[in-house]
Amino acid sequence: MIEVRGLAKQLGRQEILRGVDLTVAKGETLVIIGRSGGGKSVLLKHLIGLMQPDAGEIWIEGENIIGLTERKLARIRRKVGILFQGGALFDSMTVEENIAFPLEEAGERDPEKVAEKVREMLDVIELEGQEKKMPVNLSGGMKKRVGLARSIIRRPSCVLYDEPTSGLDPVVSDSINRLIRRLQKRFGVTSIVVTHDMKSAFHLADHIAYLHEGRIYFYGTPQELEISTDPLIQDFMLGRSENGAPKSG
Amino acid sequence: MFARLLTALGHSVVSFVVYVGDVVVLAGETISSAFAQKIRWRLFMQQIVEIGLLSQLVVVITGAFTGAVFAAQTYFQFNKLGMGSAVGAVVSVSICRELGPVLTALMVTGRVGASMSAEIGTMKVTEQIDALRALAVHPIDYLVVPRTLAMMVSMPLLVAEAVAIGIAAGYFVAIFLLEVNGTYYMANMVRWTQMRDIIMALTKAGCFALLIVFISCHKGLTSKEGAVGVGKATTEAVVNASLAVLIFNFFLTMGLNIIFPAGYQ
Ligand SMILES: Nc1ncnc2c1ncn2[C@@H]1O[C@H](COP(=O)(O)OP(=O)(O)O)[C@@H](O)[C@H]1O
Ligand SMILES: [Mg+2]
Repeated sequence: MIEVRGLAKQLGRQEILRGVDLTVAKGETLVIIGRSGGGKSVLLKHLIGLMQPDAGEIWIEGENIIGLTERKLARIRRKVGILFQGGALFDSMTVEENIAFPLEEAGERDPEKVAEKVREMLDVIELEGQEKKMPVNLSGGMKKRVGLARSIIRRPSCVLYDEPTSGLDPVVSDSINRLIRRLQKRFGVTSIVVTHDMKSAFHLADHIAYLHEGRIYFYGTPQELEISTDPLIQDFMLGRSENGAPKSG
Repeated sequence: MFARLLTALGHSVVSFVVYVGDVVVLAGETISSAFAQKIRWRLFMQQIVEIGLLSQLVVVITGAFTGAVFAAQTYFQFNKLGMGSAVGAVVSVSICRELGPVLTALMVTGRVGASMSAEIGTMKVTEQIDALRALAVHPIDYLVVPRTLAMMVSMPLLVAEAVAIGIAAGYFVAIFLLEVNGTYYMANMVRWTQMRDIIMALTKAGCFALLIVFISCHKGLTSKEGAVGVGKATTEAVVNASLAVLIFNFFLTMGLNIIFPAGYQ
C-alpha cells in the first residue's frame, strides 16, 4: 500500500510537484503518464526517500517515510525496488555482479545460490551469455533490463519502474510488460510504472494517473481514460502537439 | 559600496564555515559507520591496491629526487662553513619532519584524491549513488569507509617509504657525487635523527590521509550534474586537499613540536 498526500517539491526555481495525491492499493498496478520533464522521475524518487519533499506525506505499508533518517529508510527500501530511467548500473561491475549485488548486500554468502538466482534472472530478462559484459558495452535497452533484474532479484513487495520499455524494441518491450504483469499476478507485487508507451499503459494498468503541471490531472481506470473527452488527455493519447495544449513546466 | 564588500565577505565566510562543517560531518559519519556497521574488507583491499600499490612510482620518484636535491643544496651552503658532514643530519631530520610527509601527501592528493572525487562524482551524476541508496546500502559504508581505512593504512607506509628513499638518495648524492666523508655523515645523521622524528612523520601521514580522503570524498558526493560538475569537483578536491595539507602541516608542526621537540637533547 502506497499513499501520497499533498506532495510538493521545488528544485531550483522550478516547482516540480505542487501537491500530488495518489493511492496505490496492495497488489495493484498504477501507471503514471505525463509529459517529459513533468516530474515523474522526481515523484518516484520521493517514494523511496531518495529526495525529501518540501511538503506532504508518503505512507508505505502504513508508515510515513518523511523525515526518516537514511539508515531508517533502509528497512523501507528493502521492501521497495526501483528501476531507474537510465538503469543506473554500477559501471565498475559486470552484468552478473550488478544483478547479484542486492543478494550479496543482503548477506547471501553461498555463491551457488547467488549464481543460481542470477541465472534465473538472466533468463527472465533474456540476456543469457552476456553476464561477463561491463555496462559500458551494453545498449540502453540492455542496461534497462539488467537494472530491472537488479531491482527485482530480492523479490520486493513493491516495485517502481521508471520507463521500463522506452528505447526497447517492440518484442523485448512486450516481454518486459509480461514480466511486470507476471510479478504482479504471481507474487502480488504492488507496482508503479512510469511510461510514455500507451500500449503498455493499457496492458498493465489497473489505474492510470496523468501527471500534469505538478498535480494529478486525471486518475481512473484505462477504460475511463479511453472515453475521456478532456482535450489535454486526448492530445496526450494521440500524441498531438498542435491542438494548443498548454506546455508543461 | 563598502557595505556590499562586507556582505560579500560575510557570504564567503559563511559558506566556508558551512563547507568545513559538511566535511566534519562526513568525517563523523564515517567514523561512526566504521565502528557500528559491517566493514567491507574486499573493497578495502581494492583500495589498498589502488592507493598503496599504484602510488609506488610516484612516491619513489618524489622521495628520491627531494632527498637528492636537498642534500646537494644543503651541502653547497654547509661546505662553505666546513660542515659538509652535517648534511646527513639536516637531510634526514627535515625529510622526516616535513618534506617526506608533505610532499607525499601532495602527490597522493594529485593521484588518489583526484581519482576518488572523480569516481564518486561520476557515480553521483549517473545515479549510481541513488541506486546504492535505493538498494539499502549507505554510500558512506560502501564508498567512504573502505577508502578511509585504506588511506589510514597506506599513507604511513608511503610516507615511511618516501622518507627512507629520500635519506638514501641524499646519502648517495653526498657521498658519491659530492665526496662528503661517509663515516662522519652517517654518524651525524644517526646522532641527530631520533625516534620522535619518525613518529612525527607517521603522525603527519595519518592526519594528511584523513584530510585527503574526507575532502575528496565530500567533493565527489556533492558533485553537480554533468561532466562539467565532476571535473569541477575533482579540481576543487585537489586544490582544497593540497591547501588543507599545507595549512594543517604548519599547525601540526607547532603542536607536535611541543610533544616531540626537535633537535639533540
Ligand atoms: N536533481 C535535480 N535538480 C534540479 N532539477 C531537477 C533534478 N532532477 C530533476 N530536475 C528537473 O525536474 C524536472 C522534472 O524532471 P523528471 O522528473 O526527470 O521528469 P520526467 O517526468 O520526464 O521523468 C525537469 O525539469 C528536471 O530538469
Ligand atoms: Mg523521467
